[in-house]
Amino acid sequence: MLDIKDLQARIGETEILRGLTLNVKAGEVHAIMGPNGSGKSTLAQVVAGHEDYEVTGGSVQFKGKDLLELAPEERAREGIFLGFQYPVEIPGVNNAYLLKAAVNAKRQHQGLDEIDAFEFLKLAREKMALLEMDPKFLNRGVNEGFSGGEKKRNEILQMAMLEPDLAILDETDSGLDIDALKAVANGVNALRSPDRAIILVTHYQRLLDYIEPDFVHVLSAGRIIRSGDKSLALELEKKGYEWVREAANA
Amino acid sequence: MSTESENIEELVNRRYAHGFVTDIASEGLPPGLNEDVVRAISALKEEPEFMLEWRLRAYRQWLEMVEPEWAHVHYPRIDYNSISYYSAPKSDKDRPKSLDEVDPKLLETYDKLGIPLHERARLAGVAVDAVFDSVSVATTFKKKLSEAGVIFCSFSEAVKNHPELVRKYLGTVVPQRDNFFAALNSAVFSDGSFVYIPKGVRCPMELSTYFRINAANTGQFERTLIVADEGSHVSYLEGCTAPMRDENQLHAAVVELVALKDAEIKYSTVQNWYPGDENGVGGIYNFVTKRGDCRGANSKISWTQVETGSAITWKYPSCILRGNNSVGEFYSVAVANNYQQADTGTKMIHIGRNTRSTIVSKGISAGHAQNAYRGLVRVMPQAQGARNHTQCDSLLIGKECGAHTFPYMEIKNPSARIEHEATTSKISADQLFYCRQRGISEEDAVNMIVNGFCKEVFNELPMEFAVEAQALLNVSLEGAVG
Ligand SMILES: Nc1ncnc2c1ncn2[C@@H]1O[C@H](COP(=O)(O)OP(=O)(O)O)[C@@H](O)[C@H]1O
Ligand SMILES: [Mg+2]
Repeated sequence: MLDIKDLQARIGETEILRGLTLNVKAGEVHAIMGPNGSGKSTLAQVVAGHEDYEVTGGSVQFKGKDLLELAPEERAREGIFLGFQYPVEIPGVNNAYLLKAAVNAKRQHQGLDEIDAFEFLKLAREKMALLEMDPKFLNRGVNEGFSGGEKKRNEILQMAMLEPDLAILDETDSGLDIDALKAVANGVNALRSPDRAIILVTHYQRLLDYIEPDFVHVLSAGRIIRSGDKSLALELEKKGYEWVREAANA
Repeated sequence: MSTESENIEELVNRRYAHGFVTDIASEGLPPGLNEDVVRAISALKEEPEFMLEWRLRAYRQWLEMVEPEWAHVHYPRIDYNSISYYSAPKSDKDRPKSLDEVDPKLLETYDKLGIPLHERARLAGVAVDAVFDSVSVATTFKKKLSEAGVIFCSFSEAVKNHPELVRKYLGTVVPQRDNFFAALNSAVFSDGSFVYIPKGVRCPMELSTYFRINAANTGQFERTLIVADEGSHVSYLEGCTAPMRDENQLHAAVVELVALKDAEIKYSTVQNWYPGDENGVGGIYNFVTKRGDCRGANSKISWTQVETGSAITWKYPSCILRGNNSVGEFYSVAVANNYQQADTGTKMIHIGRNTRSTIVSKGISAGHAQNAYRGLVRVMPQAQGARNHTQCDSLLIGKECGAHTFPYMEIKNPSARIEHEATTSKISADQLFYCRQRGISEEDAVNMIVNGFCKEVFNELPMEFAVEAQALLNVSLEGAVG
């Protein structure tokens, strides 16, 4: 589904991704771990198409298409979803309104009619129940005055409504208490299917207790220095990133 | 007055005797402004003596006034002698016969705004007989209004049919010498609307210039007078979301509202004068004096406006809160894109006891535009217990534009409670990327954020108007980002 080869990207003069290769197939869940500043968010943003990042080498294919040719909104409509590490507030814009516009943008892309208002509300309420979110969040401004945890749940709500083929969740677990973490994990697990792929960017093993990954990768200085199964995450938790780095250099 | 001077006056008047007037009526007045021109306008409109005198007084006062220079706008000096103060209505043969003959770009805009088909023809100036039954629609409404005792007609008709009302209220809110443009308007105004709501009557429908039969060509010096008698209520909609093109660069309208005891007037405007092209060429200079007088106790006047047009806008809809417990409100969205300059705001003058005012101003600047808010809150010594809340928000789109806020407060009664909040925000790249990552195009994202920003004001507009205003905003900001 997603095929990243030797990807190099920079922001301004700073090289951040330095030859990153990653292959994600439908049905798989990948966890990407790594120290602060190693380039995890950069990877997510580059895949989503953020224009501040300049791709200087390598390729990214998504469902057989050259992803780097597409505008961010086209990538989204094709089925890429990014759960932001820091979701932005958009004061005055109704949360439900944005959600509906997003759903309809995708439906239009697929040649479907706009979603019926009633059906939309029903669907949104269902998903919110799963995430243990109060329906009143629909009528607030997008992320306006939301707590950290509420913002993250809101990201998962959007994901649940959009049913992406590929979801990249950038530190969605950071700053969540245990109940919120479980709710978010529920949302993600509900989306798991043989047709979909999920990339979890995280610092902590604890998320992986709830969402079991098929693969774990360690990112350091813009490259994947080690890949393994979920036991790698446990080992990292015990030994720290230094251990992988040393092992990689040895 | 001596016999001699009477004769001279007679002579002067004779030059515009009937036959001559007919010529002017079909050809328009040559450019230039002097007393003869003022007389000619009055004669053309077959006005009673008092009206002519009133115009002449205004003209003489105007001669002694100087054009204001304090607004935060810049424009080349206007040569008032190069303007024609009476232009003949376009004859049908000069007008397009059907929409096929109308500039396709204009039609495209109508389409984006969702303007009904029959309305498009009228707006584009298609010859009247080609226009669908807007006249018969208007007639039905007129009947309903007259049953309620509401007078709603063109200003010229009012001068002829209700001279006592015009005489009683005209110029009592905006005196002739109030300001340079008001004086000019008072001397040469062409036409406009007149509304009178009798005691205790709740006007049975929203009044809109659209339904006014004589709306066709009110010209560049429009005059509107609305009087709500005791305990009455009216909601008036001005303007149109369609782009109005006009060869006249200068527009100087005057709007006067009078609310007597327990009366309420809601005045909503959606204005979309041609703002000039992307380079700032062409476009209308819009210098308007709008003022409401809450003359009676417990009266209320509420201004709501969405302003996207004009190359230059200079206007401050104001309320004089004279009656005890009277309420003034001002809700405004002003958009300036490309090279537009807007200098708008309001004045709230608290005179009565326990008077309250609310100001919500939303300014949006994009491109190279400059948007200024200028507001005055004045509390007179006798205005015990006056309250004001002002909220002034600016939204910037892009790096080249500017927003300026000039709040003035003159508080002469220590019991007054005045609150002022101001914010400036930008549409950030992060917000746009967030929306785009959700599949929403950049343009739709901008529209969404802008509409969210303006919501408080849109909520004040009548439902239909709010939808139009939203569409209008979207069209006005097209290409503002990217
Ligand atoms: N907008 C930016 N401008 C300059 N440097 C940046 C910017 N964004 C990220 N970086 C730098 O790129 C590196 C990788 O950042 P990031 O991808 O956010 O790391 P991670 O998500 O793994 O913590 C860091 O050194 C960070 O300082
Ligand atoms: Mg990060």
